[in-house]
Amino acid sequence: MTVTSVLKDPEALTMTITADLDATVERAWQLWADPRQLERWWGPPTYPATFVDHDLSAGGRIYYFMTGPEGDKAHGWWKVLSVDAPNRLEFEDGFAKDDGSRDDAMPTMVMVVTLTERDGGGSRTAIETRFPSLEVMEQMVSMGMDEGMAGAMGQMAGIVSG
Amino acid sequence: MLIYNLMVVDLLPNEQADRVFHALADATRRDILLRTLEGRHNVSTLARRYPMSFAAVQKHVAVLEGAGLVVKERSGREQLVSGNVDTMRKAYRLLEQLEAVWRGRIDRMGDLLAEDKRHHGGTKL
Repeated sequence: MTVTSVLKDPEALTMTITADLDATVERAWQLWADPRQLERWWGPPTYPATFVDHDLSAGGRIYYFMTGPEGDKAHGWWKVLSVDAPNRLEFEDGFAKDDGSRDDAMPTMVMVVTLTERDGGGSRTAIETRFPSLEVMEQMVSMGMDEGMAGAMGQMAGIVSG
Repeated sequence: MLIYNLMVVDLLPNEQADRVFHALADATRRDILLRTLEGRHNVSTLARRYPMSFAAVQKHVAVLEGAGLVVKERSGREQLVSGNVDTMRKAYRLLEQLEAVWRGRIDRMGDLLAEDKRHHGGTKL
């Protein structure tokens, strides 16, 4: 599992991160298509995600919430814009209200996930995040503010137990 | 909600951030910025580098100044322009945070996929 490139384009308000996965395209697709697997990686350890609705067909809706250390919940939704299993998924990601309905007062962003076969085995996943404005980028990015810290803690735990 | 309270404590105010990205969207302005980050230039010297009028270059400098990307100073009759490294840094910091989020997610994807291997290899946890 290696992140092979991170392209940040502050003018186009996009970021594309590409990673090589030690899994076939079909297997890697399951990380997105199976809600039980999705919830094991979407949220940071401090904000694990629970996917309540998960319809990964075109026009389908996905509803999830993330639970914080103090029991606080952040609700979110996806709308599937297009899907071509197991190679491509494009969806809009936004905030939801406590009852799971979409909060249209809050901004949304678009993500495009592309999975390709890699020569010599394994697959490559590219995730492009597209923001409509810088303001939205700030709001969305702040959702994962503690992620850097959580990642560092995970690494430390790995070193200690290894 | 707690998560919203974490929002953008020390980053650019939104209005300024919009000005920064607008300022960076033009090739001439990016070039001016790069030059002025390397050292101070006076506006008339800068203006000679571009195939446009002095007034047009002055306008570009004003856009950069409005975004906080450059600072203008007077020195006698000359106007000196220098790049503001701090603002540039802040603009990129947002995307760096997003990168950290995705690096975390990709690490967790890897952990999950590694479990398959362990199960198939007979060395269950």
